Amino acid sequence: MLELNLQQVGMAIAGGVLIGLASSLLILLNGRIAGISGILGGLLHPGTNDVAWRFTFLAGLVVSPLVYSLLATLPLVEVEAEPWLLILAGLLVGFGTRLGSGCTSGHGVCGIARVSRRSIAATLVFIVSGMLTVYVMRHLL
Amino acid sequence: MRSFSSFISGLLFGVGLILSGMTEPQNIIGFLDVAGGWNPRLALVMLGAVAVSYFGFRYAGRREKSLLGEPVHLPTSKALDTRLITGAVLFGIGWGLVGYCPGPALASLASLEQTPLLFVLAMLVGMGIYEAIGKPRPTN
Repeated sequence: MLELNLQQVGMAIAGGVLIGLASSLLILLNGRIAGISGILGGLLHPGTNDVAWRFTFLAGLVVSPLVYSLLATLPLVEVEAEPWLLILAGLLVGFGTRLGSGCTSGHGVCGIARVSRRSIAATLVFIVSGMLTVYVMRHLL
Repeated sequence: MRSFSSFISGLLFGVGLILSGMTEPQNIIGFLDVAGGWNPRLALVMLGAVAVSYFGFRYAGRREKSLLGEPVHLPTSKALDTRLITGAVLFGIGWGLVGYCPGPALASLASLEQTPLLFVLAMLVGMGIYEAIGKPRPTN
């Protein structure tokens, strides 16, 4: 495959399987969809009475690199983005995922696994929208 | 117990994101950059995740209560409406600008670097703006 060695292919699939297990656990035990934007956004909802499971899910996600670093070396992350670009990206991701009822996890993983027409459409739209954005940023500007 | 199971789910989710390279924005941009050297990693991650969770959701969908006795919350809306599509377009633009979506950004916070922190704060503001002005108005 392009730009990937066998180990990276294996790690991508293994990581995906873990994400699938995590989503299965949450729906089977808690009866909830593992959609990160929905779980986080629900905490901003006034009058929400299901704070505990949202909070602990997000806590698990936030501490995951600390647990990972006990077992393996954390990957080196390079991000070259100006602060204004990070802020603009964050605003669009926050607003867009709430308006569109989901992100890569809720629509892209859980929704596709449920064979939801809405999630399949949303996933196609945000991937194409992301591709056009990267094309403009990398090849036109 | 319910809080513990969701903690374990969040933890596993995050470890999966890190292992698969999804917390490295260069891998996301590489996937979205079809005119550059295309990096198919994200597609493999989705494939692995969907292949497993398909069975989880199929089993959960047949139950009225979860294994811990909670109601099973599954979306019921089927409409491909303007909100869904507009939201996905805006999310895609933000995603393509830096290569962060909500999960990987949160799983990167513990590095205490400025980059994910700034992104997550702005994302929370974006979600707050939605709560203030973007919610559907009740139709009467």
